[in-house]
Formats: sequence, structure tokens, C-alpha cells
Amino acid sequence: MLKIENLQASIDDKSILNGLNLEVKAGEVHAIMGPNGAGKSTLANIIAGKEEYEVTNGAIELHGEDISELAPEERAHNGIFLSFQYPVEIPGVSVTNFIKTAINETRKAKGLEDMPAKDMLKKIREKSELLEIDRKFLSRSLNEGFSGGEKKRNEIFQMAMLEPKLAILDETDSGLDIDALRIVANGVNKLKSKDNAVIVITHYQRLLDYIVPDFVHVLYDGKIVKSGDASLALELEAKGYDWIKQELV
Amino acid sequence: MKYTEDDLEKELETQEYKYGFYTDIESETFAKGLNEEVVIAISKKKNEPQWMTDWRLEAFRVWEKMEEPEWANVRYEKPKFQDIAYYSAPKEKPKLNSLDEVDPELLDTFKRLGISLDEQKKLANVAVDIVMDSVSVATTFKKTLGEKGIIFMPISEAIQEHPALVKKYLGSVVPTTDNFYAALNSAVFSDGSFCYIPKGVRCPMELSTYFRINEGGTGQFERTLVVADKGSFVSYLEGCTAPSRDENQLHAAVVELIALDDAEIKYSTVQNWYPGNKEGKGGVYNFVTKRGICENNAKISWTQVETGSAVTWKYPSCILKGNNSVGEFYSIAVTNNHQQADTGTKMIHLGKNTKSTIISKGISAGHSQNSYRGLVQINSRAENARNFSQCDSLLMGNACGAHTFPYIEVKNKSAQIEHEATTSKIGEEQLFYCNQRGIDTEKAIALIVNGFSKEVLNKLPMEFAVEAQKLLEISLEGSVG
Repeated sequence: MLKIENLQASIDDKSILNGLNLEVKAGEVHAIMGPNGAGKSTLANIIAGKEEYEVTNGAIELHGEDISELAPEERAHNGIFLSFQYPVEIPGVSVTNFIKTAINETRKAKGLEDMPAKDMLKKIREKSELLEIDRKFLSRSLNEGFSGGEKKRNEIFQMAMLEPKLAILDETDSGLDIDALRIVANGVNKLKSKDNAVIVITHYQRLLDYIVPDFVHVLYDGKIVKSGDASLALELEAKGYDWIKQELV
Repeated sequence: MKYTEDDLEKELETQEYKYGFYTDIESETFAKGLNEEVVIAISKKKNEPQWMTDWRLEAFRVWEKMEEPEWANVRYEKPKFQDIAYYSAPKEKPKLNSLDEVDPELLDTFKRLGISLDEQKKLANVAVDIVMDSVSVATTFKKTLGEKGIIFMPISEAIQEHPALVKKYLGSVVPTTDNFYAALNSAVFSDGSFCYIPKGVRCPMELSTYFRINEGGTGQFERTLVVADKGSFVSYLEGCTAPSRDENQLHAAVVELIALDDAEIKYSTVQNWYPGNKEGKGGVYNFVTKRGICENNAKISWTQVETGSAVTWKYPSCILKGNNSVGEFYSIAVTNNHQQADTGTKMIHLGKNTKSTIISKGISAGHSQNSYRGLVQINSRAENARNFSQCDSLLMGNACGAHTFPYIEVKNKSAQIEHEATTSKIGEEQLFYCNQRGIDTEKAIALIVNGFSKEVLNKLPMEFAVEAQKLLEISLEGSVG
């Protein structure tokens, strides 16, 4: 589904990714771990198409097609979803209005009519139940005055509504208490299928107790330096990152 | 690929005026220039009684001695008042009973504006009094309104048919001496609307007037007078759009509202005068005086969506004379390219337990300057007066400006005044977030702006809110890419 080859990227002439390779197939869950400043969020933003990063080399392919020249909204239309580490506030725009606009814009890009209000309502009801979201929450301004947990839950709610092919969860566990973590992880697990894939970016093993990865990658200094199965995450949790740094020397 | 402030700016300035066309209707225009003879000629043309002519002349003499105000936060080349033709009317003023009799070209104009009369009559239950180049050419729904005793007609006709009412109230809220532009308007106003709601009557429909400037080089001086008698209610809509012009056009309207005891007037405006091109050339000068007076327990609400004009100078105000009277001002002012707006309100609290609310939303883009200027005045006898003001500014790009000039004068210790102000900016992070959800930048800006303006949009009557949202999008969206 996603194939990244020798990706090099920089911001303001500062090199952040230094030849990164990653392949994600449908039905898989990948975890990307690594110390602060390793380039984890940069990778997420580059896949989503954030324009302030300059891709200096390499290719990003989705379903066999190069997407590196596509605008962020076009990548979204192709099924890429990023759950933001710090979701922004949009005052006066309700959660419902926002998700409705997002769905209909995506449909428009595919030449489809707006989703009928009845179907939209049904879907909102279904997905908000899945994530244990209160109806009142949906009428609030997007992320305005939301707690950290509400923001993250709202991200996963949007993911549930948009049904992406590839979901990237950037530090979705930060700011969540244990109950919220369980609800969010549970939601992600229920949305998982053999047709879609998930990339989980995290500092800690904690989230991976709930969303069990098929592969764990360690990102260090702009490259994936070690890959393994779920047990690698446990090892990292126990030993920290220093041993990997030493291995590299 | 990088989306910078400059790109954002570029995107915002590439929207040319949508309604830039010119309707070729034969019209009669006075020679340029202004003196007592011209004032008398205008009055004569309209077959006005002597008291009206005298009233105009008195205003003209006051105006001659006045100077154009310069305190507003706007810079522009002053109009050459002797270079303006002060009267223009479609040559033949037809008496019309139905739309079939309206000049097809005029109907076509309205269709291109997206305000088909037919549609409005059917769907919106709106009586429309079209003001085209100063003289009304069609008045609809007169009969329905007549049955309730409601008078809604061009003010020129009201002067003939209801002289006592007009004489009593004209200039009672905005005296001829009030300010430079009001004096000018009083001297030369060509037409406008008059509305009277009798005691205890609730006007069954929104009353609506569409203004347009059509003849090149013609100043437009509309006069509106709305009188809501005791215990009555009326919702009045005013919307304007003007064709594209290279030379500046002066618009100096006066609107007076009178809400007698227990009456309520809701006055909504969507203003979309030609704002000039993206270099700041051309565009309408909109120097308007709007004021209402509230007697006991009366209420006046001003709601405005200002998207057009090169220069706007406008302060819809409320004089809260009666006890327990209420004044409200809800405003969205959008400026783009080189537009300048200095707009706000005055809430003058005279009566006891008077209450006022001000919600102002300023949106600036391009190289525009957007100023809120508001006065809250609590007079010594206004016990327990309350005011709440909220002024929010939204900026797009780095070259525009937002300014807030609140004036608060309190002469009574029991007053409660609250003032809140915020300034925010549409950021790249917000746009990227929307983009990532599949919403392109153009749509994202519309979404963010609509969210920002929501509190005010919600105050507009339904059928107007849709048009207003459309105007916000037209004013701010550019072609992406």
C-alpha cells in the first residue's frame, strides 16, 4: 500500500530524514518509535503532504503511484489520514459541520454527490457510539476548549468517519488517561481491516499494549535503524534507546 | 510546494468582482455640480411640497459651511463634489402592476445578481421595493401590506401621500446638521424607502429593498425612514450590489429608524458595493449615517454584513431614550485588497435599565485596513444601564491591518460595561489541518471565516444568511493554484 524509498527531507536547509525506507501492506499495523527529534512527526507530516518540508530525494508511493507531487487534500482524497499530535482549533465550526464538509469534499473529488443527510446522521451516530462520544460534543466548536483526551478522541472519530486506507496516528496516546487510551485503542482496533493499514507513532510501549503492531521500527537520526516484531517495543521499553545508538557506532 | 504567507495573500486577491456589469437602461441625468438651483430642481422634479424644498435648502446651506470629516482611519482621494451629477432616474418611470411589465433588461440584471424577484416572491415571502438609480421602478406586495395598514413605498411617494408622517419623522433622528454627509444627503436625496407599521401590527413579511448604483459618475443619496408605531414589529432587509466602475462613486445614505413604545425594528444589511480592483483603483465610497431611536421598552437591532466598497464609513447607532429599551449591533466587515473600512456603532444610553449589545467581527485580507470604532455612552440619568461589547478581528496574510477604537463614556455609577476583544490569524496550521481532511484551501478559508462570523450570521433572517455566506466566500476566496 505505502512504499517509501530512500526518503530524504529537510526544513529550512536542516536535514531531517536521511534515506528512510518503509513498506506498509494492507492489513498491517506498523509502530514507529524513537527518541525525541528522530524525525517521527516529520515523517508523518511528509506523508500527509505538509508543504513546509522539502523532499530532496526519494519517493513516496501509495498503491503503486507516486504521491510526492500531490497536494495534501489530494492525498487525503486518496485515503491518507493523519491523526494530529496537536489538533488545531477552528472556532465557530462544529465537529459535525467540519466532518460533514470533509466527507463531502472528498466525495466531490471523486465525482460523487453530497452524502444524504440521513446517511450522514446514521454514520455519525454509529461512529460516535463506537468511540463513546457524547452527542453534545458534536455541536461544540472543533477542538476549542477540548481537553487533551477529547482532542485525540475527536481525531479518531474523524478517522472513523472518513474510513481512510492508511491512518497515521501521531502520538495519539499523549495526553490520554488510561480510560481514554482504552477507548481510543478499541476504536482503532475495530476500524482495522484487511484492506487498510495503520502507522502508530509513539514514544511509549503503553499504546502498543492495546494496538498490537505487526512490525516495530526504530527511527533514529532520520533513518529506520532497526525493525522487528512487537517484542522490539518491549525491549525498547525496558532498555531505552541508548543501546541502539551504541549498536550503530 | 511550500505554502507561504505570500501565496495565501496572492490567493486572496485574485477574486475579481463578480457583478461587474453595466445595465444599459436609458436614463436622465442632471448636469454635474451642486448649488441651490440644483437642490430646487431635484425637489421640483419630484413635485415636492414647499416644506420639503425648504428643508432641503436648509440642509444645503448647512452643508456648504461644513467640512468633510477626517477623523476616520481611512485614506482616500476626496470626492470632487462639484463633479458629481446629483440626479439620475430611468427616463420613463412605468407604473407596474406585475413583474411582466418590468423592463426585461432590468429583470435580467436581477437574475445575474442571483436575486430573481419571481423566486423571492414565491419562496421567501419577501416584498421587494427595487431601487435602481435612485428611483423605484417596482413595488410589490403593496396590497398585502395595505390590508394591515402598513405603508411601504418609495419615500418620494410617501412625501406626496403621507406628508404628515414624513414631516413629523424625517430628520428627527439624524438632523440635517448632524454631519457632512447627512447634510449632503438631506439636500439632494433622490429617493429611498419609507415604511410605517401601525400600532400593534406585526409585519407579516420581511421588507426588502435592493439598492444599486448604475449610472457612471452618479452619486447615490438614498434616504430611508422606518417608523414602528407602539407595540409593532418589523424586520427590514437592505441589500446592495453595484456594477464595476473605474471612477469612484459616492454613496451617502441616511437611514432613520423610530421605534415607539414597545416596538421592535430589526434592520439587516448585506452590502456588496464595488470594492475597486485589486490595485485599489475605483470602487464605491460608502459614507452612511444610520441611526435609530428607541422609546420605552423598544428594541432596535442592526445586523450588517459589509463586504464591498473601497472606503466604508458607517456607524449604525441606537439612541436608547426610553426606559428598558434595547439596542443591538451585529456586524461582519470584510476588507480585501486595498479596501478600507472604519465601521462600528454608537450606543447612547439615556433611559433607565437600558441595555446594549455589540458584536463586531472584522476580517481583513490583502492590503486592506479594517477598523472598529464604537462609542458606548451612559448618561447621568441612565440608571442600571448595561453594555456588552465584543470585537473580534481575523487577519489573513501580513499586509493587512485590524484596528479597534472603543470609546466608553460613563456618567452613571450603576452602569455595567463589558468589553472583550480578540485578534486572530488564519494560520498555515489551520489550513493544513483542513487540507489533510480533504478540504482544499479555498473551502477551508470559507469554513474558517464562516465559523468566525457565525454569531452574526445567525442573527440574519434565513434567506439573507445564505446570500451573506455567499458574499463572504466571493469576497475572500480566490482561485487556488
